[in-house]
Amino acid sequence: MSITDKDVKHVAGLARLNLSSEDTSLYTTQLKKILAHVEKLSEVNTEGVPPTTSTVPEARPMREDEAKPLRESLVGQECALENAPATKDGYFTVPKVIE
Amino acid sequence: MKYETVIGLEVHAQLLTNSKLFCSCRVKFGSEPNSEVCPICLGMPGVLPVINRRAVEYAVKMALATDCTVNEKSVFSRKNYFYPDLPKGYQVSQFDLPVAEHGHIDIELGDPRKDETEIKRIGITRIHMEEDAGKLIHGEGADDKDISYVDLNRTGTALIEIVSEPDMRNPEEASAYLKTIRDILLYLGICDGNMQEGSFRCDANISIRPVGQKELGTRTELKNMNSFKFIRDALNYEIQRHIDVIEGGEKIIQETRLFDVQKGVTRSMRGKEEAHDYRYHPEPDLLPLIVPNELIEKARGEMPELPTEKKNRFMDEYKLPIYDAGVLTGSKEMAKYFEESLTASCKLSGIPEEEKPKQAKITSNWVMGELTALLKENSLDISECKVTPKSLAELINMVSKDTISGKVAKDVLGEMFSSDKSAEEIVKEKGLVQISDTGELSAVIDKILSDNADSVEKYKAGKTKLMGFFVGEVMKATKGQANPGVASKLIKDKLG
Repeated sequence: MSITDKDVKHVAGLARLNLSSEDTSLYTTQLKKILAHVEKLSEVNTEGVPPTTSTVPEARPMREDEAKPLRESLVGQECALENAPATKDGYFTVPKVIE
Repeated sequence: MKYETVIGLEVHAQLLTNSKLFCSCRVKFGSEPNSEVCPICLGMPGVLPVINRRAVEYAVKMALATDCTVNEKSVFSRKNYFYPDLPKGYQVSQFDLPVAEHGHIDIELGDPRKDETEIKRIGITRIHMEEDAGKLIHGEGADDKDISYVDLNRTGTALIEIVSEPDMRNPEEASAYLKTIRDILLYLGICDGNMQEGSFRCDANISIRPVGQKELGTRTELKNMNSFKFIRDALNYEIQRHIDVIEGGEKIIQETRLFDVQKGVTRSMRGKEEAHDYRYHPEPDLLPLIVPNELIEKARGEMPELPTEKKNRFMDEYKLPIYDAGVLTGSKEMAKYFEESLTASCKLSGIPEEEKPKQAKITSNWVMGELTALLKENSLDISECKVTPKSLAELINMVSKDTISGKVAKDVLGEMFSSDKSAEEIVKEKGLVQISDTGELSAVIDKILSDNADSVEKYKAGKTKLMGFFVGEVMKATKGQANPGVASKLIKDKLG
């Protein structure tokens, strides 16, 4: 699998990263190498093998439907907003997004 | 050219659980903003989400109700996109392995009033579980017109998404499908079905193709339709827009469009194409969901009678017309009210099993007619109705025993509705007992006949239709208390 500057720009765009053209070509070179390395895996014949989504087969915990916070100190409006760069009247605020 | 419309629907139903899907935060509408949140639903690093068992049970119930196959193993995936209502930058959803798939429901089309209905089967592609996003409020004032407010209380609430096959051919079918899905959710008691508050939401995929063509046309996706009327309006608008674009020699662009309620049009959500690259991948913080057989069997054991089953039983057991059966099973509260009234009234007058259908139709007329009208007038739900099923049964029995006339009974019901009194109390208090005494009625009739000598002449000359007029006069003179049957017999005798 080959990767181009266009792919890198696309992925950067999805991740909201603004890359300079130097950065783009640097990452393209690096990602090419990484992908070539991982490509090795496709040499293994995986026909009939279901995709692995977890390596922990036994534990299947479910939670009872009880509304109780894990720890009082970790919940509530004040705690939620503590690290936010901008808030107002109990809300997080962001530059206006409207479609 | 003639076109055929193809519609598929995606319904999001918020599950009525106490806590969120992957954390123990309370699910509550209307709390202080950002107060029902914790590190898990806020997307803090290093947290451990654990799935809510009840949410799984509810999803399984919906799967059973729609004849889906429940997958023993399903997988949660991350759906990546940036939006301020999504604190983690991804939504935990299910992608290639949903909790259930390959089901169907039957919808009723046509006019049940005219007994002209047909059943159409609509395929259910899949049901998957996912978490809800938060809520955005856009500033409109002078000081906040450039900001949006984010409230994450709803973030992480359990949803199921029910995806249909593209089996619907017009907005009416889409509407009937949605209503059926909503009724099932309400009967199961797993979603409150509130479209205004957004706990029942619908997106539509729509395309058109020339009649006879096999392959599907390019589709658009419609969002933001929060009432049945808006869904029909949006679909109708979009069908015409597709036709206009194609007839104008242009091509439909596959895109997401928002329905503008004020203008009644759909418009493109710009720049959504890029965001559609969701890069789904298995959620590493969650193990695959294994639905044990015991859980499925428990859910199966708790399944209530579903709307269609109940409706068919009402037609079968009570011999009710399809229209009555449909209205009465429109909500499970209404159906319960009807059945309780019917049972009470059969018991009161010792009606044998084989005569139950006759009593059922009488009860149905009262529940669907006067009672529903009174509820509507007072904007009440049947669950808030002051008149208990037993009180209604008592009233109905007073009519069948000729204690009061049907006309008086309607007024009595109105009175019962606004007071705590029973039918019997009201009738006694107001002296509304039906007059069946021939002596008393005879005097009234004699006066009416002598006051209307010309009508009597015409009647005798063969205009027998005037009987209705005489009976009407008797009813008027007795303020509705006369027994119309007895009165008409007396009049007939007198005019002999």
